[in-house]
Amino acid sequence: MSTSTQGDLAVDATDAQVLLEVDDVVKHFPVRSGALIDRTHAQVRAVDGVSFSLKVGETLGLVGESGCGKSTLARLITALHPVTSGHVRFRGQDITALNRRQMRPIRKSVQMVFQDPYGSLNPRRRVGSILSDPFSVHEKMSRAEVKRQVQELMARVGLSPEHFNRFPSEFSGGQRQRIGIARALALRPDLIVCDEPVSALDVSIQAQIINLLEDLQDEFMLTYVFIAHDLSVVRHVSDRIAVMYLGKLVETGPVEEIYSNSRHPYTASLLSAVPVADQAFRTARRERVILTGDVPSPVNPPSGCRFHPRCPKAQAICATEEPPLEHKTGDPIGHLTACHFPVNPGETLANASRDAVPAPEAAVGATEGVDQ
Amino acid sequence: MALLDVRDLRVSFDTDDGTVYAVQGMSFSVEPGQTLGIVGESGSGKSVSTQAIMGLAPGATVTGEALLEGADLLTMSEDELRHIRGRTVSLIFQDPLTSLHPLYRVGAQIAEVMETHAQMNRKAALERAVELLGLVGIPEPKKRVRDYPHQFSGGMRQRVMIAMALALEPKLIIADEPTTALDVTVQAQILELLGRMRKDFQTAVILITHDLGIVADVADDVVIMYGGRPMERADVRAAFIEPHHPYTQGLLQSIPSYSGRMGRLLPIKGYPPSLMRQIQACPFAPRCPQAHDECLVAPPPLKPVGTSPGHLSACVLPSDAVGLPAHDAQATPAEAAVGGVEP
Repeated sequence: MSTSTQGDLAVDATDAQVLLEVDDVVKHFPVRSGALIDRTHAQVRAVDGVSFSLKVGETLGLVGESGCGKSTLARLITALHPVTSGHVRFRGQDITALNRRQMRPIRKSVQMVFQDPYGSLNPRRRVGSILSDPFSVHEKMSRAEVKRQVQELMARVGLSPEHFNRFPSEFSGGQRQRIGIARALALRPDLIVCDEPVSALDVSIQAQIINLLEDLQDEFMLTYVFIAHDLSVVRHVSDRIAVMYLGKLVETGPVEEIYSNSRHPYTASLLSAVPVADQAFRTARRERVILTGDVPSPVNPPSGCRFHPRCPKAQAICATEEPPLEHKTGDPIGHLTACHFPVNPGETLANASRDAVPAPEAAVGATEGVDQ
Repeated sequence: MALLDVRDLRVSFDTDDGTVYAVQGMSFSVEPGQTLGIVGESGSGKSVSTQAIMGLAPGATVTGEALLEGADLLTMSEDELRHIRGRTVSLIFQDPLTSLHPLYRVGAQIAEVMETHAQMNRKAALERAVELLGLVGIPEPKKRVRDYPHQFSGGMRQRVMIAMALALEPKLIIADEPTTALDVTVQAQILELLGRMRKDFQTAVILITHDLGIVADVADDVVIMYGGRPMERADVRAAFIEPHHPYTQGLLQSIPSYSGRMGRLLPIKGYPPSLMRQIQACPFAPRCPQAHDECLVAPPPLKPVGTSPGHLSACVLPSDAVGLPAHDAQATPAEAAVGGVEP
């Protein structure tokens, strides 16, 4: 049988290098209705018990389809939303329990880059003024000093410092994303959460921004949580990957491990569904799995394993019992999968049958028998 | 004969800030049953080109030729164009929610196409609508035909749009970013459906997208656009393995490799050109690593390059200079090693 993960996570947590620890975090949004009496009649279970930890200088790629809760998770890490339950520890300190005053130093260290560089910059303020904000809020500096800092910052992210007095509308999409990055970088944070930072950009510009983010990481020892739906981009920037489905982590592990040896059927299908331009990869690619149906609503997620209604390998137990996120025999340390019937190396999911039900014991035995 | 043959298409818009030259000499052709991908970044004119051809770019000044089975679409009256849209040519857009009327049942909307263009009566048209919904993979089509667009998910709505596009078995479907608003797993479903429909109905498809991966997946031929002009045209294999134009090469090198980490990406330097002026030179010249003096004199015409037939490139470089520079050479061994190791 598979070994438990709790041990691995605990070891990670005591490591001095751990920057961020997310511990069984839950976020439910109430669905309200009624004109006079406000009634909550349902919960959107956006994030439903997610745990992981992040080391200094590491990049965690968070992937999943729309509605899987990855952006909500980003906002929980940056404390933009309060958690419903669970803990987020930054350098060992539980930030979910802090008041506003206590949060201030944390806010300097944890920053965010948003997807839409059009929507996240105030169109009526000059770039210099937007970028001065972090300094005037958090530091006591003279105006001349702030201006010097802002211009230095602009130069660092590849903007021309003379454009200090321009408005956001005078910049192109890629340049605006540089402004967003400069703003996040202003106070020398430790952790930057990038929520789809290159999704709105054209490919040629996208590559510039990815390179910039990588340079800044090396220069300032930054730790990133990188959210993107483009799986090639995520692969390029990440050290580790976490795959979310309907508010749950279904699989996490080192990047090459996830891309070459994904164990969760959802991860495998997601990776196989991506159209890829890379010709070397196209010829080497395994079979393509086309999932049926859509992502169900997080208001009323399926019982048991949330992926079971779409899973090509689902059995009876998947509908009743939720699989824990655990280490599967044969996988390297740190590769965790939440599945009763993980994909075996060489197995073709396209031919998997939901009806040919092997006994659960037999399936587990088969997993154990494979040497990876 | 080509099904659609577009020659030297130019589209401009007069705005308060001056004239926007969106398309500046676009040429392409589609054979019956062929899938042509048109790829380009935002502002390259890829959507405007097809919209202008189909008379869907109000206020635009359009010149050139667009021959659909020999008849020039650009000289047709609005009535004639309306007859062609839906009958011979169907369009599918990125956002299926804004393309469907929110207050009419989807069945009625599909049926309307057939009532208008094929003189079917309501009952026959509705029956055919049920059939079409089943064909595009919507479960329980008899029941769903009475639903409103908001009762469908994004992927299902796009299926409805495809059903509608197929209603009159057109010869050409123009799909403008049909899967951009969808999740990857749903995108795979829709692309597979489009491919199957194309095979079953022998329909030609123009697929407009910014995603090179989608083109590699489903298109036969691809046209790469930049600054309102075609830069390169080739069959998909040649375009990806033996690209000639420096812009195509730049695009391919900007995408993170899917088969493994390769050190740093090689972005194209600079930013796309302004569309507020007419192009007198190669539009890519200011960003091109191999620009010559002659690139600034006039935009180079498309010329045959490489080894595969039909491979055209609008570049002055020698016609046998195809293929990507070896990517590995860009990453030093040290860099490559760091890329593979976890910190």
